Amino acid sequence: MADTAVQRVEGAGISGQRGFLRKTFVHNLPAKIAALPMIATVLIVFVGCTLWTIYYSFTNSKLLPTGKFVGFDQYERLFGTSRWNVSVTNLISYGAMSLVFTLVLGFLLAVLMDQKIRFESAFRTIMLYPFALSFIVTGLVWQWIMNPTLGLQTTIRNLGWTGFSFDWIANPRMVLFALLIAGLWQGVGFCMVLMLAGLRGVDDEIWKAARVDGIPTWRTYVSIVLPMMRGVLVTAVVLIGSGIVRLYDLVVALTNGGPGISSEVPAKYVYNYMFSGGNIGQGLAAASMMLLTVVIIMIPWAYLEFGGKGRQS
Amino acid sequence: MQHSVSIRDLSLNFGNVKVLETLNLDIEQGEFIVLLGPSGCGKSTLLNCIAGLLDVSAGQIFINGKNVTWEEPKDRGIGMVFQSYALYPQMTVERNLSFGLRVAGMKKEEIERRVARAAEILQIQPLLGRKPANLSGGQRQRVAIGRALVRDVDVFLFDEPLSNLDAKLRSDLRVEIKRLHARLKNTMIYVTHDQIEALTLADRIAIMKNGVIQQLADPHTIYNKPVNLYVAGFIGSPSMNFIEGTLDGSSFTAEDGTAIPVATYDFADKSKAAGKAVLGVRPEHILLGEEAARMPYNAEVEIEIVEPMGSDTLAWTKIAGRPVTFRAASDVHLEAGQKLVVGFDPARGSFFSSDTTERL
Amino acid sequence: MSQTATMAGSAPDTSVGVEPRGPRPKPFFTPTKIIIYSVLVFFTLYFLFPLYVMVVTSFKTMPEIRFGNIFAFPNQINFDAWIKAWTSACTGLTCEGLSPGFWNSVKITIPSTIVSIFIAAVNGYALINWRFKGSELFFAILIFGSFIPYQVFLYPLVMITREMGIFGTLQAVIIVHTIFGMPILTLLFRNYFGSLPQELFKAARVDGAGFWRIFFEIMLPMSLPIFVVALILQVTGIWNDFLFGVVFAGTKNLPMTVQLNNIVNSAQGTPEYNVNMAATVLTGLVPLIIYFVSGKLFVRGVAAGAVKG
Repeated sequence: MADTAVQRVEGAGISGQRGFLRKTFVHNLPAKIAALPMIATVLIVFVGCTLWTIYYSFTNSKLLPTGKFVGFDQYERLFGTSRWNVSVTNLISYGAMSLVFTLVLGFLLAVLMDQKIRFESAFRTIMLYPFALSFIVTGLVWQWIMNPTLGLQTTIRNLGWTGFSFDWIANPRMVLFALLIAGLWQGVGFCMVLMLAGLRGVDDEIWKAARVDGIPTWRTYVSIVLPMMRGVLVTAVVLIGSGIVRLYDLVVALTNGGPGISSEVPAKYVYNYMFSGGNIGQGLAAASMMLLTVVIIMIPWAYLEFGGKGRQS
Repeated sequence: MQHSVSIRDLSLNFGNVKVLETLNLDIEQGEFIVLLGPSGCGKSTLLNCIAGLLDVSAGQIFINGKNVTWEEPKDRGIGMVFQSYALYPQMTVERNLSFGLRVAGMKKEEIERRVARAAEILQIQPLLGRKPANLSGGQRQRVAIGRALVRDVDVFLFDEPLSNLDAKLRSDLRVEIKRLHARLKNTMIYVTHDQIEALTLADRIAIMKNGVIQQLADPHTIYNKPVNLYVAGFIGSPSMNFIEGTLDGSSFTAEDGTAIPVATYDFADKSKAAGKAVLGVRPEHILLGEEAARMPYNAEVEIEIVEPMGSDTLAWTKIAGRPVTFRAASDVHLEAGQKLVVGFDPARGSFFSSDTTERL
Repeated sequence: MSQTATMAGSAPDTSVGVEPRGPRPKPFFTPTKIIIYSVLVFFTLYFLFPLYVMVVTSFKTMPEIRFGNIFAFPNQINFDAWIKAWTSACTGLTCEGLSPGFWNSVKITIPSTIVSIFIAAVNGYALINWRFKGSELFFAILIFGSFIPYQVFLYPLVMITREMGIFGTLQAVIIVHTIFGMPILTLLFRNYFGSLPQELFKAARVDGAGFWRIFFEIMLPMSLPIFVVALILQVTGIWNDFLFGVVFAGTKNLPMTVQLNNIVNSAQGTPEYNVNMAATVLTGLVPLIIYFVSGKLFVRGVAAGAVKG
């Protein structure tokens, strides 16, 4: 409605080229000025920086981004580097486990919280508080708990169970599970809150109808409620997924990539090559691969959200 | 004959709030009962108690002579239709109808037979393959009724089933529900706040207020012989005209001194017909012209406002100092400022005690 | 309404002589209830355990810790580790404890929060009430951009801030936080302003008020709840940030999270776990206080990201 109000004013005698310029720049001017930070952010950062990163990932930039065009060299080198390959494998394994466990546990806890339990808000407060903490804090606490010499392992052994072993943090084969325990600790509560909001969004009368139809509670959750929560599920997957791709702080704090390179992740690879390794081209190529991953995750979501709108009610 | 549904001393409290209070209700086989009242009067709560969706605080519920107070909804022999339809959105109409039966492990042929019958009765055969999102409001409500139908139960419960529909569809579906009742002859309990639905559908109406049934009677009695001021004021649109005054044996004296003869009125107990009282007269019982002259009470009044309604005309005036509306045929010409004689027979009206608000 | 159906199997038998009357008998301990509460209590322990260990360890002395029982309560409450963590723990380079990091975080968080919320509020308002050609496209890219890993933007942003001469200063961190807080906050404000009655805006327009007057005199006074939600979201988010602090802030302005990580992971000599845990608790304290004080508003804030526009 703002448009029509201003259009009437400018209709007075302006035509042709000037009219076009006026329409583009003067029309609704305060709003455009106010939105300048957003426009700049979108054009310079989200579009400009992305294109810049992609472009320079095809150069041989070392300490400064001035190198010449070398085609896919950086990418070939990237996938020839064991550290990168380990990072990617780790991200896939960790990501799959984290996604599945976060969703399943989040949904399970949300269902339990939905059973008209006592102390619901106390339970929710306890499950969600880790989400308020920094990944650094989370990583350091679990690093201490899993400390093989003085942490949980020693404590249990001192209590008499001498065969007890919990050295995941120092064990290359188990370190991803250590990461998983800490990651779930921080993220499950959030997923639970999302799912609970989804469950509570289901019309009360659906539940009544299911009870009159004699459908058992578990069956109602699985066959009726869960499919109705498609929107929340998709949102949860996208949020958890983009968090997994970004995984960085937690690794830095909990394992710093170790032992050896057994818990390296792509985000850390990028950072190390850009700011410590002095190999900008490599870092940028790795960053572009991360971008590609996100795009691959995002396209089906964007399609479902915006492309398939006609199918939704 | 055994009652279809019997409610004995039913009470329901939410914490300290009494929603239903020692309520008793007997419903005959095949009867169409409407629970009518404003929101918050407990009518939906009562229905949910009958369905078993709410736990009662005290009392018992019998369906077909069986005590079902502790039974699960599915074991009570009821089907229920909800205001929001409550269809399972990701299932086709066919699946919506059959889902409960499948879960109960019924034989496939029997399920098919029942779904086909329900679809035939409700004429939704062409919709069986569709999902609820692709149905109109009226179609959804038909499917919702179908879901109750396939359960092959004796008692149907309707929880404001037409409130989400527009006026035109509502009156169409109202007729269909009436037709359905005529065909199936099931007991139906129907909750609504719409008095037109109640008057048109019900064999008997139960008017509720604050968790108590005020009057349980057929629509004609409810309309013409309301038991108290609340029922009198609630039923009828535009609502009944009320004139306050004093009764003394043979006449009623309004507060401004106007005397209205009451000899024709049939008091329930003549000995109590004295003291402060309220006279209620329905707008259509106030007559004009020559008819008015023959009435026990008549007076010349001045018309203040005229509201033509199409089928008839509503006029506002004052009788005995009180604002009063009356109804005239649409071919009678009325205009504001016009003076004319109006009159009524108190026998067609109702007297209520000012103290107890009960009918006299 | 969902739990009662689980009792379907145990529907009481009326044949035993008790006439069903009044409320359905509900035994306090049903197998379902026991399972529900057991699982919830198990997870509660999982969630509380690290907090307990963290606090308990921070009050112990190193000899107690070497005894090897992380569950044990400290022999006596000992604040030495806390004092050391705050004033003199070593970060690898200096030994000034966490306090400089705390004040750096304050210096970063306050202006970043204010700037980012103000800009996002104006954005949301312009997007809802003053749509211009392409505004929805900008918004779509903004939202899409929020899912791109930060690593993609890091190096170009380093170059831009270096060109502007602010790399390694507070301004750079503030700008970066404003940029990356923009998508979620703009979404938040856009949805909120969209939920306000449009008639208000139209009435103000008819009264002759312009862009800024409507924003400051009509919209802002009605937006307190959403500002509180945005405040919670930003303060915790910026306080907990690690990556932007370490890249853009410069060695003088490193925020608390970075200092904490340096104290624990880069310090030389024998690790002092009690000091480490005291430092960790201290760093987590600010968001935890916000979380416990804000209660439901925090939930609203984190769920806001899930509400699509």
